[in-house]
Amino acid sequence: MESIVRHGRTVQEAVQNAVEDLGVTREDVRVEVLDEGSRGFLGIIGQQEARVRVAVDRDKVRFAGEFLRGMLLHITEAVEVEVSEDEQFIYCQIDGADLGLVIGRHGATLNAMQYLVNVAAGRSSSDRRTVIVDAGDYRKRRRETLEQLGRRMAERAVSTGRQVRLEPMPPHERKIIHTALQNDSRVTTHSEGKDPQRYVNITPQTD
Amino acid sequence: MPVKGLVEHITRALVDEPESVQVREVAGERSSIIEIAVAPSDIGKVIGKRGRIIHAIRTVAKASAAKQDKRVEVEVLE
Repeated sequence: MESIVRHGRTVQEAVQNAVEDLGVTREDVRVEVLDEGSRGFLGIIGQQEARVRVAVDRDKVRFAGEFLRGMLLHITEAVEVEVSEDEQFIYCQIDGADLGLVIGRHGATLNAMQYLVNVAAGRSSSDRRTVIVDAGDYRKRRRETLEQLGRRMAERAVSTGRQVRLEPMPPHERKIIHTALQNDSRVTTHSEGKDPQRYVNITPQTD
Repeated sequence: MPVKGLVEHITRALVDEPESVQVREVAGERSSIIEIAVAPSDIGKVIGKRGRIIHAIRTVAKASAAKQDKRVEVEVLE
């Protein structure tokens, strides 16, 4: 993460100088005091400047919301974003009209925005939580669709005795397939290929 | 046009030198080309491993263009 060292008469002043030079706000940095500085005796003898190392460390929750709203503004004005969080994830929920446009074919636009939010937010924050971007109840419905697809394709693999190859999917969607079939002892699943063309293979077990 | 602003917004958030980001639009009747220029050290940050980032930028740009019934190509100048 980008960091700089700055001086000042006091720690506060040194931080202020750094924040101005980085072009961010006080809330978006992490400060390490290298030297407290001292006023010296009678403010003359032994006077020493304060020194701080300041690193950009954005509030990931706020950044994710702002960055996503900034993107959506250029796509449609008919939507709103609500941001929430728990220990593992940061959730950006998009609601409004025009959700089809925001979601895209098989969630392509939604997934692209989610990926970009995570790359951009990950660059400037020490917060390691993943950001999930959803629109309406798209991800819930998609999960159900994928679980059904997985089970149906497992049946096909078993009845034909041949491996079934699914369409390429992003990592979180492949995981839904793997999880849905992990307790089905008749088949095994594994992913092949490289993102964004990585796909799931369902293989029947020959005991 | 919103697509240009969109690409600019995304690109600035991905690079180390946002002040060097320049986005140009070559507009046509039904389709347009968006050209992204960034500091040489930032090119990889806009393209990503196996082009994953530029692929995502193109996908989002297409949604924005579709709203106005237009087609768009996004290119990174090297």
